[in-house]
Amino acid sequence: MTDPDRRTDDDKLRAGSRTEAAGTGTQEPHVGTSPHAPERDLGVQGDMPENTVVPAGADSLEVIAIREGMFGVQGSGDTSGYGGLRRPVVLPGASPRPYGGWFDQVADRLVELLGGDARAAIEKVVVYRGEMTLHLRREQLVATVQHLRDDAALRFEMCSGVSGVHYPEDVGRELHAVYHLLSMTHRRRIRLEVSVADTDPHLPSVVAVYPTADWHERETFDFFGIIFDGHPALTRILMPDDWPGHPQRKDYPLGGIPVEYKGATIPPPDTRRTYS
Amino acid sequence: MSTAMGNQPPGRPAADPYAPQQDTVTGPVFTVTGQDWDSVVAGAADAEDERVVVNMGPQHPSTHGVLRLILELDGETVTEARCGIGYLHTGIEKNMEYRTWVQGTTFCTRMDYLAPFSYEAAYSRAVERLLDIEDDIPQRALEMRVLLLELNRISSHLVAIATGGMEIGALTVMTIGFRERELVLDLFELITGLRMNHAFIRPGGVAQDMPPGALDQIREFIKLMKKRLPEYAAFCNANPVFKGRLVGVGHLDLAGCLALGATGPVLRSTGYPWDLRRTEPYWGYDSYDFDVVTWDSCDAYGRFRIRLEEMWQSLRIVEQCADRLADSEGEPVIVADKKIAWPAQLAVGSDGMGNSLDHIRHIMGESMEALIHHFKLVTEGFRVPPGQVYAAIESPRGELACHAVSDGGTKPFRAHFRDPSFVNLQTTSVLSEGGMVADVIVAIASLDPVMGGVDR
Repeated sequence: MTDPDRRTDDDKLRAGSRTEAAGTGTQEPHVGTSPHAPERDLGVQGDMPENTVVPAGADSLEVIAIREGMFGVQGSGDTSGYGGLRRPVVLPGASPRPYGGWFDQVADRLVELLGGDARAAIEKVVVYRGEMTLHLRREQLVATVQHLRDDAALRFEMCSGVSGVHYPEDVGRELHAVYHLLSMTHRRRIRLEVSVADTDPHLPSVVAVYPTADWHERETFDFFGIIFDGHPALTRILMPDDWPGHPQRKDYPLGGIPVEYKGATIPPPDTRRTYS
Repeated sequence: MSTAMGNQPPGRPAADPYAPQQDTVTGPVFTVTGQDWDSVVAGAADAEDERVVVNMGPQHPSTHGVLRLILELDGETVTEARCGIGYLHTGIEKNMEYRTWVQGTTFCTRMDYLAPFSYEAAYSRAVERLLDIEDDIPQRALEMRVLLLELNRISSHLVAIATGGMEIGALTVMTIGFRERELVLDLFELITGLRMNHAFIRPGGVAQDMPPGALDQIREFIKLMKKRLPEYAAFCNANPVFKGRLVGVGHLDLAGCLALGATGPVLRSTGYPWDLRRTEPYWGYDSYDFDVVTWDSCDAYGRFRIRLEEMWQSLRIVEQCADRLADSEGEPVIVADKKIAWPAQLAVGSDGMGNSLDHIRHIMGESMEALIHHFKLVTEGFRVPPGQVYAAIESPRGELACHAVSDGGTKPFRAHFRDPSFVNLQTTSVLSEGGMVADVIVAIASLDPVMGGVDR
């Protein structure tokens, strides 16, 4: 999954377009140089800047955004120099084999069970902080979780939860659904992650495999607008039925009013000065 | 409470101006406000069948807070039960994305108001794993965390038993339950300065060391609880009325628990000893001597007995914590890394907890660098490397986990809580359908959902 030459054309296209989208600023992103950054294939084709800080052990870069400046100040005379600071937001990329421990057993068994579909189903495997994340494509999601639940060597009999994450600058794959699976038989946990575009936020529902995902998927739909096709009753669960918008998205404002106290005004939290 | 009746001609007009009867396409709707059940009976007298849809809650004393139940009844038998939740949604997870990592503790502690330490613990564990400092947390901080978590388990189970008893009319169980809970809250107040919403367990350790005299008070509490806990057993365990209401009610077997994700006492009432403190030990739980309590009846009575026995087990752990804390007197309670550890030393003054005067003297009068360091860490906060983790702990209600995502900034990019009340509440339909309407209350009480955690 992680071998660079096994990456499909689809991967290259997406990686390229993402990098482009992230770096649309007028000047070339200048990123601080780390003397320890190893020289290696970054796994991202196209116009990534040189001298990028690469996290140790990362096989490829997962740039999801570029962070600019500091202190949240825009449009004022910058005397600190921090205004020109540009740093990429890099998530841990695909991990190289061997993953270590039982991670390899799970990956091998899953590839074996999926057979010819394995390469299409598993986008990449990330091992980070002792936890394994399988990035899946939505077309094979249900088949994959069925194998994960039913196979005796895998046996992830419980779905602990489903949650969503919104990466607004990860163009073309803004919405991520994250499934946390637990194998009580083997005392293992893995995480599945599926990403969809904001313009086509459809995912197959896993309720038929894990009935507990019912409310979790409703919550993820409620807060992120991910539509789980095949869900028995996909309605809002925590927000009122007629609520407009999906509150946990990054473009949805937090809201709040300025508070006056002894003559000073404290702005609402989402408009306060911020450091990142 | 309102009821809708199927295929029935309009009944007589209601006399009550505040609770008028109205006709809808699905039948007449009665609004019942109390003491006026007769109007429903009179209206239903003409109906051909006994099918009634009862909307119970969200303001109902038996539904554990703002839980709304939509029950379809055939006579007194529940044919369909659904939950309406969200009445207590306050957007805590969204709010956390606009605060620093340390401030997040202050928010997540407000989710489940009966087990606030569990939420702080799950969140802190997730942040510590993202920071990769899990092995650097001082031993004394872990001992204090375990102490508080287990005291909290006792207080939470006491409320579960107390409110569950109240809902079936066992009012003495309620009064003694809250009496003992008050003792635990006094200990919390002594140790953290607050009875609830502590924000005491923080990424890196705990907010402050044990105050002088706390261990003595804990030992006295243990001694008192050993006298008082048998009262619950004497009141309930063999009480024929109590058993008559609980035995065989809210049945859910192991397969049902796994399919619906139920954990905690609900799962252990099927006889499966799944307790994360034993199965995925954290913070030294494997070094404490305690038993995982199970029961094999799969019903509400089993869950009650598990909670009762778990309080004994928690008391055992608290006892061991007190011994260990006596040995580790004077050791640090927060991680040594000055770039993460909260710089301010806290002290309880006459007006509550705040920065200690020694610390203020140091930063304001002695060291400019210390002031800068304090200012940077408190206003900006520390940065957490990008990535995501899922950290689970065993809360009084089951598996409580925090899925924390960082983008390398000073604030959580996303913090999602897998709340055990939320997941366990999904089993409501399975627990109550086919049973009597009075058993719905018992079944839900045996799940012990806390709506603050369900709705977050």
